[in-house]
Amino acid sequence: MKSPNARIRRLKGNGTRRGGNDRLSITFAALADPTRRAILARLTSGEATVKELSEPFDMSGPAISKHLRVLEQAGLIAQGRDAQWRPRRLEATPLKEVAEWTEGYRRFWDASYKRLDNYLQHLKEKEKSHARRR
Amino acid sequence: MPAAGKVFPTTVTTPSDREIVLTRSFDAPRRLVFDAFTKPEHIPHWLLGPEGWSMTLCEIDLRPGGAWRFAWRNSDGSEMAMNGVYREVVPPERLVNTESWGGDWASTTNTVTFSEEDDDTTTVTTIILYPSKEARDAALKSGMKEGVNLSYNRLADYLRTIR
Repeated sequence: MKSPNARIRRLKGNGTRRGGNDRLSITFAALADPTRRAILARLTSGEATVKELSEPFDMSGPAISKHLRVLEQAGLIAQGRDAQWRPRRLEATPLKEVAEWTEGYRRFWDASYKRLDNYLQHLKEKEKSHARRR
Repeated sequence: MPAAGKVFPTTVTTPSDREIVLTRSFDAPRRLVFDAFTKPEHIPHWLLGPEGWSMTLCEIDLRPGGAWRFAWRNSDGSEMAMNGVYREVVPPERLVNTESWGGDWASTTNTVTFSEEDDDTTTVTTIILYPSKEARDAALKSGMKEGVNLSYNRLADYLRTIR
């Protein structure tokens, strides 16, 4: 088995594979900010202008624009056609990749934990009946 | 059939670019939850993932430096296994262990905290730490091959959980 470090060196040494991995890192970096996540959550219900997006935040126009640029560079949002209002819309692909992955974890553990709920009740009953017999 | 207890939601967040955090509460006292997570007589009853899997191996040497090995078989004949080593064992509060799926997978370090909300409610928080961003991304890519389809609604749910 190769050590994780060997794997990292290999990834760093390979320009083409590195490109794909970088995109995911950019997605995660863009998601690591609560304001940007709130902007994305807002865009799940439809496109919105910069003004509409900035309304819930006590933030200057340039500050919001900076967040929008980070999201745009990560490919998480895109600008609509309307030249005057330039509404932003959600681009789901990079987000889907992250969400599907964490969803895989969630499905495995949620299914297991639901079984554990029942099993713990069973253990509790067993302890109670032991205590009664004593 | 025991009385049904409370069922809590499972949440998954990615607070940093190397971590995944799973949080879940259980309607049971902490020592019982800790036993269910650490004793070979209990684990095969529940650590089975989606429908169709059964546990074929569950070995645990519960002490710092002690090894653990789990294996499963699906009703369709496929098999999977993982193993690791315990780094910290503090009953009934905390476990730190490594976890590897073998082959080319990066080994993660998992920190499991059992916190007592009240006499009968325990919250289990599992922090899965990847050795690097690259290892995390590689795992993410292989996970994606499973091809789960998410709707925009579930995407919105996901965004709420990481907010």
